[in-house]
Amino acid sequence: MKKLTAFLYTSATVALALAIQPLAAQSQKSTHATYALTHASIETVTKGVIQDGTVVISQGKITAVGTSVTVPAGAEIIDCRGRWIYPGMIDANTKLGLSEVASDPRTRDFNEVGDIVPQMRALTAVNPNSVLIPVTRVSGVTTVIATPEGDLMPGTAALINLHGYTPDQMFAGFEGVVIMWPQSGRRGGFDKRTDEEIKREYDKRINKLNEAWQKAGEYHKIDSALQSKGVTYYPEMQALLPVVRGERPFIIQVDVARDILNALTWVREKKVKKVILSGVSEGWRVATEIAKANIPVIAGPVLAVPTRDYDRYDKAYANPGLLHKAGVKVALGTTDDRGNVRNLPYHAGYAAAYGLGREQALKAVTIVPAEIFGVADRLGSIEVGKNATLLISDGDPFETKTTIHQVFIDGWKIPMKSRQTELYDEFLQRTPGVTKQ
Amino acid sequence: MLVTLPALGQQTGNMLIRNATVLTITKGTQANTDVLIKDGKIAQVGKSLTAPTGYTVQDATGMFVMPGIIDAHSHQGIDAINEWTAPVTAEVAVGDAINPFDVALYRALAGGVTTIHAMHGSANAIGGQCQTLKLRYGVLEPEALRMQGAPRTIKFALGENPTRVHGGGNNIVPRTRMGVEFVMREAFSKAKAYAAAVDTYTKAKTQKGFRGAPPEYNYRLETLAEILKGNIIIHCHSYRADEIYMMLQVCKDFGIKKIVFQHVNEGFKVAPELAAYGAMASVFADWWAYKFEVYYSTAYNAAILTRNGVTTSINSDDPELMRHLYHEAGKTQKYGALSDDEALALITLNPAKQLGIDHRVGSIEVGKDADLVIFQNHPLSVYGVPQVTIVDGVVRFDRTKDADDMRLAVDPNEPVEAVELQQRDHDSCLEGLDGAFDTIFGLN
Repeated sequence: MKKLTAFLYTSATVALALAIQPLAAQSQKSTHATYALTHASIETVTKGVIQDGTVVISQGKITAVGTSVTVPAGAEIIDCRGRWIYPGMIDANTKLGLSEVASDPRTRDFNEVGDIVPQMRALTAVNPNSVLIPVTRVSGVTTVIATPEGDLMPGTAALINLHGYTPDQMFAGFEGVVIMWPQSGRRGGFDKRTDEEIKREYDKRINKLNEAWQKAGEYHKIDSALQSKGVTYYPEMQALLPVVRGERPFIIQVDVARDILNALTWVREKKVKKVILSGVSEGWRVATEIAKANIPVIAGPVLAVPTRDYDRYDKAYANPGLLHKAGVKVALGTTDDRGNVRNLPYHAGYAAAYGLGREQALKAVTIVPAEIFGVADRLGSIEVGKNATLLISDGDPFETKTTIHQVFIDGWKIPMKSRQTELYDEFLQRTPGVTKQ
Repeated sequence: MLVTLPALGQQTGNMLIRNATVLTITKGTQANTDVLIKDGKIAQVGKSLTAPTGYTVQDATGMFVMPGIIDAHSHQGIDAINEWTAPVTAEVAVGDAINPFDVALYRALAGGVTTIHAMHGSANAIGGQCQTLKLRYGVLEPEALRMQGAPRTIKFALGENPTRVHGGGNNIVPRTRMGVEFVMREAFSKAKAYAAAVDTYTKAKTQKGFRGAPPEYNYRLETLAEILKGNIIIHCHSYRADEIYMMLQVCKDFGIKKIVFQHVNEGFKVAPELAAYGAMASVFADWWAYKFEVYYSTAYNAAILTRNGVTTSINSDDPELMRHLYHEAGKTQKYGALSDDEALALITLNPAKQLGIDHRVGSIEVGKDADLVIFQNHPLSVYGVPQVTIVDGVVRFDRTKDADDMRLAVDPNEPVEAVELQQRDHDSCLEGLDGAFDTIFGLN
């Protein structure tokens, strides 16, 4: 009897330990303190590489970077010998947080009804508890833009950090109004419209855009004259005001060469103050024109097939490099809405290998998008005063062999867990195996 | 007089690849090594080999040579994918619709792919027969793309796709995973009865004075009976652990040994069962969240399956992904720390085993087909760039000689500027049904 009791007691203890341990190990709580990352190779992006250096993180900011840094008293030291520190990567074109299961309309929140609905805000529709978010950030992608998609002006996109429980906690300081540029051409062999029909439809859509822009200009004048007091409730126009005033850009989603040229002409004629082109699959065809217009682009996906059957097989890989060579400012975006924003470093790696070069590719996922979004004072490089949003790896983050060991977002030490790592922990050696004792 | 005709369009080449780092897969990595190709076969692997006269010499100093990549799940190079008119269509074969003009084949070559498994789609619980193709791009006869001697294979499908098409769309069984199991069991039971009737007739007809008619010929049941006899390998589209386990039980009950699960996103949950049965798995490196049945996936799937002893491959099911399967294989080093040889086997030797062609392709060994890729930088590096792709000793892709337009024929009706930029939002297994879905569900 005693033996049995002892056995039961032991079993219970073991069971209890087994029950508790995984829970503790799977904790998704991030922590916040003063950290000193010592003896690291630091890829600052803007000021070269520092060997055997230290980065101090305090109050969410980078407070010291260099080789002769004094570690503050009480700081938690993370020994980074053999490790690299990079800025967190920024994906400049995603639907992260707005789409959970891509085929299920109930989980798709990026596509609102209406053709001119810039008042629809991505920021407040982002799901901070999306399972996709931890999956993304443990790969070193710390910041993304969540983009509405749909008709002509489907909403206002928002830059978010992949940590936080409310929109306010996640907001990374940038919003932009999206335009889905109307396609002027035939979409493919299946598109059976006549040339006249295509032209009529295109003109109709451009007219809608013109009308909205004209109204926005007038609304701006009224609003300015009345000093924002007593203006009628007009949500679409209110959302366009900051664009008219140059406080916010249009993010124009456009891919086909002729459409890019049309968009450039429209922007020039309408005197739009701030513009970003996004997607630009065929940017390479009209790279000189884009460079001349001095408009930055978010190119991608890089891992894509060429847009035309007669194009060289590697055109999508080469597009960012060709744009850069022509003098265009290039950031990268995956356009992913199926859980693989985590592959941003691989899009960058391919762009690097097919002409952009590694140094520029790194910039295209860090400092360049930060500059394009006007948040380079906070993000995009390892510099004193910037947000402590960075990753610690054992090598080049563009390589699949590299492990990301730690991610910090706004100074928060992020648990390196996601549902995908939890499933690995549970199933690598499943118990019970084939037979259940 | 005896004339031996080479198989239709089967050009073979003679070549010496000089001074490469050779990734053999089965015999380790060999530095500063030459590969001699004679009549489209690997004749010798060694140091300082000499090229007989008439051989082309390819200098590969500083480069890597690996076996041609094999994609165990593709829908390229065929003009028809889904015969979605019935839940069981074992009688049709995509090999009847080979399209040698598909430019996706050239783009795959540019990504180091030399062999693909062109598959029927996943609309039906039991779909059509598939076709293993060699990417002899440039040859115009459809027949010349067939890999002669490759075993017969057939597509099966579980879960959302067949239930959506037939139960949801046509209001016939299967509408649920219960129905899918029933369709499988019913089909095999009928095939068993059919085979028995044929057997009885075949034996009886040799008897003197036999008077009787043979059973009515039925190619659908004939094909299913060949599966029961072990002459056709099942490649079963599947995602969830429960349906995979169900299919294993069906196979067990009907004595079917040869089965490869495709996609098999939740294969990792039943890895011990798959290993015990000897079933194989062909997976995506990291695709998930495109529909509900892949929401509980993990990119560690390939590593968990491999560590549990399941022969695993990484496939594309997509004309874009198929161009960088070496990169997809590399992801298993991030997700599960597979070794270089293990990772490379996922796109070479293992898919060869799954297609029953591992005695021919999948590693660099003397006697095997000379299907090879020359890489600048290691193929598992993100900076790895395929330079030359060789099929049967013939160069089918050469980056230095690559032109813009590599189409073999241009459709006169094709618009010059048309661009289709629609993202594919799930596996291409339902290709050909888009129109039907618009009608039935109003969604894609």
